Amino acid sequence: MLELKDVHAQYGAIVALRGVSIHVAEGDLVGLLGANGAGKTTTLLTIAGVIKPSRGEITFRGVSLAGLPPEMIVRKGIAMVPEGREIFPTLTVQQNLRLGAFIRRNRVEYRHDLEEMGELFPILGERMHQSAGTLSGGEQQQLAIARALMSRPRLLILDEPSLGLAPRLVDQVFRLIARLRREGMTILLVEQNVIQTLRIVDRAYLISMGQVEMSGTPEELKRHVDMESVYLGATVAARGGGQGRGAP
Amino acid sequence: MNEAIRFIVDVASLGSLYALMALGLVLVYGILRLVNFAYGELIMIAGYTLYLLSGSPLPWLVMAACAVVAALAASVLTERVAFRPVREKSLTAMLITSFAVSTLFQNAALLFISPRARLVPLPDLFSESIVIGGMLFFVRELLAIVVSISMLVLFTALLNRTVLGIALRAAADNFRMTRMLGVPANLVIGVAFAISGFLAGIVALFWLGRTASVMPGIGLEPLIVAFVATVLGGMQSLVGAVVGGYVLALMTVGINTFLPQALVDYRQAFTFSLVILILLFRPEGLVRGK
Repeated sequence: MLELKDVHAQYGAIVALRGVSIHVAEGDLVGLLGANGAGKTTTLLTIAGVIKPSRGEITFRGVSLAGLPPEMIVRKGIAMVPEGREIFPTLTVQQNLRLGAFIRRNRVEYRHDLEEMGELFPILGERMHQSAGTLSGGEQQQLAIARALMSRPRLLILDEPSLGLAPRLVDQVFRLIARLRREGMTILLVEQNVIQTLRIVDRAYLISMGQVEMSGTPEELKRHVDMESVYLGATVAARGGGQGRGAP
Repeated sequence: MNEAIRFIVDVASLGSLYALMALGLVLVYGILRLVNFAYGELIMIAGYTLYLLSGSPLPWLVMAACAVVAALAASVLTERVAFRPVREKSLTAMLITSFAVSTLFQNAALLFISPRARLVPLPDLFSESIVIGGMLFFVRELLAIVVSISMLVLFTALLNRTVLGIALRAAADNFRMTRMLGVPANLVIGVAFAISGFLAGIVALFWLGRTASVMPGIGLEPLIVAFVATVLGGMQSLVGAVVGGYVLALMTVGINTFLPQALVDYRQAFTFSLVILILLFRPEGLVRGK
């Protein structure tokens, strides 16, 4: 469904992709793992059309995404839940969801989906008219996911949805992702939380220094890679990079 | 008591205009991080449109509508022709472009019309005054308040009730994310420039109404006023622009009223000193964004 072939990209001067190839098949839940600064987010932003690849190919359902701006990528059926959630804090929950459905014209379907989101995420249902900035971190994450779902995507991309959440909420997010997958959604999940990610994905890619270091099923990855080192890498990167996120 | 009412009316009428100007400027700034220095020239264009139509048999309201449309069209056109091509390059490029557009419009006015002031037609209503409760008010002042506040109400409704308005607010907050949801960049930016031009046109009617004339350099003062009001109120928020507009008007009218006659010529110096003082204590402006 989604295919990246030898993608090179520059993001500012720091994180670069040096030939990333990734394949996500329809119905799959694919993980993208790696330390802080390995190029995971850069990969996603390149798919989303925010960063233009300097080399390589990105195709979705057989069509090239090259040169498309972000607003066209979502029209192709790719929805993004970005790192840090990036909900609109001054807008109400409902207004956030309304923008999630911006590309859709059918009002009846919108109303229906809005109700469905209220059922899938009861907290959001109760707080439809509250401004999103008043939600807790976990609730904001739910909103970011719900907002992405409002576009009825074929592929859902999640960038570190568990980041900054309490352990109980982390479990909740992973359960939600597993559920969406069971319901047939194709998902590309970027995570630093390696253990929990490997528990739910079909396949995963390990990215390091802007390149795919290894890929395969969770079992294959566990066999060949010392998962502790991925954590260690993350810790070192977080410390060395001074990005202030700390260890996972 | 009467003096207090007079003071409030003065602040309200000046502040409403300032608020509209600041709103027009901050709307574009919020999305593009561009301070559009050609904003004042939109007021000039509205003024010259009125001047050029002054010989025509059209009723004044139609002329005024044409002037507002001209400002709106000029705003949208500059975005298409001047800003869009350099948008992806850099913010500095856009800033320089805005200076270029401003100079271009001013010089066009110098060249094709005149360096000297030209009279603009105004309705008789603008020079009339009415007595309310024993006090004399200029109709123009009261109209400015009513029209500006109606605009603010309309604008608020637009931003809260329509999908496009919500998208505009979202874009001002986080442009990249808004685009990732499928809101076309050109659409929101185009609409922002259109509203900005529309507000400039409305402001122009009352701004020019004070002197009943227009000249090539007329845009400078409203631009500075709008810029100072947005910085004062907080560049990150639309509410801040409105607050900044009224606070700046309060300071201006206050200084005009209470400053000894000998010092009134220096009122700008006093106003800006006050602005500097406020910003020393609240560098992010009076209203914090997010």
